[in-house]
Amino acid sequence: MTTAAVSASGPIPRARGGMLRTIYIVWWRDIIRFWRDRARLVASFAQPLLYLVIFGSGLSSALGGGFAAAGGVSYTQFIYPGVISMSVLFSAIFGGMSIVWDREFGFMKELLVAPIERTAVAIGKTLGSATQSLVQAVILLLLAPFVGVTFTVTSFFELLGLMIVLAFGLSAFGVAIASRMKSMQGFQVVMNFLMMPMFFLSGALFPLVGLPLWMTVLTRLDPASYGIDPIRRTVLGAPAERTAITLGDQIVPIGLEALIVFAFGLVMLAFAARAFQHRD
Amino acid sequence: MRGLQKRYGQIEAVRGIDLTVEPGEIFGFLGPNSAGKTTTISILCTLVRKTAGEAFVAGVDVDKDPSGVRSRIGLVFQDPSLDAQLTGRENLELHGQIYGVPGALRKQRIKELLEVVELADRADSMVMTYSGGMKRRLEIARGVLHHPQVLFLDEPTLGLDPQTRKKIWEYLHAVRKREGITLFMTTHYMDEAEYCDRIAIIDKGEIVALGTPSQLKSKVGGDVITVTLADPRAAAAEIQERFSLAPLMDDGSLRLEVPDGAAFLPRLVRELTVPVDTVSLRRPSLDDVFLKLTGHAIREEAGTNLDRMRMMGRMFGGGGRR
Repeated sequence: MTTAAVSASGPIPRARGGMLRTIYIVWWRDIIRFWRDRARLVASFAQPLLYLVIFGSGLSSALGGGFAAAGGVSYTQFIYPGVISMSVLFSAIFGGMSIVWDREFGFMKELLVAPIERTAVAIGKTLGSATQSLVQAVILLLLAPFVGVTFTVTSFFELLGLMIVLAFGLSAFGVAIASRMKSMQGFQVVMNFLMMPMFFLSGALFPLVGLPLWMTVLTRLDPASYGIDPIRRTVLGAPAERTAITLGDQIVPIGLEALIVFAFGLVMLAFAARAFQHRD
Repeated sequence: MRGLQKRYGQIEAVRGIDLTVEPGEIFGFLGPNSAGKTTTISILCTLVRKTAGEAFVAGVDVDKDPSGVRSRIGLVFQDPSLDAQLTGRENLELHGQIYGVPGALRKQRIKELLEVVELADRADSMVMTYSGGMKRRLEIARGVLHHPQVLFLDEPTLGLDPQTRKKIWEYLHAVRKREGITLFMTTHYMDEAEYCDRIAIIDKGEIVALGTPSQLKSKVGGDVITVTLADPRAAAAEIQERFSLAPLMDDGSLRLEVPDGAAFLPRLVRELTVPVDTVSLRRPSLDDVFLKLTGHAIREEAGTNLDRMRMMGRMFGGGGRR
């Protein structure tokens, strides 16, 4: 065994840049785990595909030519952006939930006793989860030719930007929920009372026009609505303008929608960071 | 660690503990489950806020500078806190980065410590493939990676078989010798406490005894004799009368404490009129000390809530996220 100068006890020099370093490490861990777990990556496509192929085709036939609201777009094409967003939504919230697993399995303690900023842990976790959901969403873009959707280079990059914002907003949301959860037992509650309603009200599966007032109000309160709508407008172009989200009589501009989702993410992140500071 | 002193006013968990642990010492915190051991450690590690009193770790106030404390301590928890989906080396790498150990030094330390705990050949396997003992060794290596001044260990050998436990102790002694750090550990295994330099016996949130293992043992009056016989009641009365000793009755056997067991034993058997079935003589153990001081024995407990949770996690594991 070598006993070099290294073994001298006492404080050792510390690397600088604590906050950024912590964010990076927490993110790096999530990415490694994601990369290792390829079975999950494959499995994560099953659900979007089921929606697109079975649900989409089924409802297309049932609606016949009656899906006029979307103006010349088939139902499968209509839900395609919704399904991409759904994959972001689910994966972002599950990603946040991995914090609860970390707590159950003890790893969270390793982070909580470390001399690091807990805010950085929340940020790193959000970015890790966002990256994962983004990767899944980008892979789903490969399906575009099969549903008869094409996009230009410009719209691809616009789309990427919008997906980053959505992934960030929803991941921060997932981390915020998880930061307050002590055990996995609350998971079903989150699933049934938060995730599913958010998904159904987001306009992923049907246009948010001509709905009863109470539902219109709820859809406008759902942050996911402002994430999915701009993605759809970018993917489908002009026809999707007819189903775009309106506040009052005005169509909400894409930029504003993205801003709403981003702001939502920041608020959730602040909330999560505060929850992480808490000590019993 | 210089001058660790604590007083708490919390009624349930920890009720007023004053304690100083010397630098370089192996200090054992001994007591049954729910005696307040883990709570005390959690306070010292800044995981839990204390209600009253003061605590310094390595000269740093746990309330005023929790971050300062965190950078000076290492931890081995009761439940493993490793990332099972990373390799052993990656877990150490992660830890080194979190604690800001600079690159070249980090690599060097990881390599050395993996050798100390004899995990070098398994360093690149996923932690989920490790045995309980290997995980614990990895956690010990991780706990000292960043050169802490104090290493806290909460039940470091819980749930391991006796052979592995012994091995863990060898590693701990090796690590202490090499790193020259203070070890502060909790345990409810009596035999383990004897590896410590000093021990505090804690029960219901209070320290009931403090000293070296031999000092504590000397609190028990010499040797312990256990006699089983057909009529313990009659024998107890007789012993009390003839030898003026107060035997403890326990399930049809009698327990005696005598200064010189070897000399007393033949006398006892000869002079006792009640027929004796078996007799045993032994040096006092810390179990005896605990029994004497608290009036009840240390219980050993099996599976916890968390174990069940883990089972569930494994069941979920396939489809769900981890």
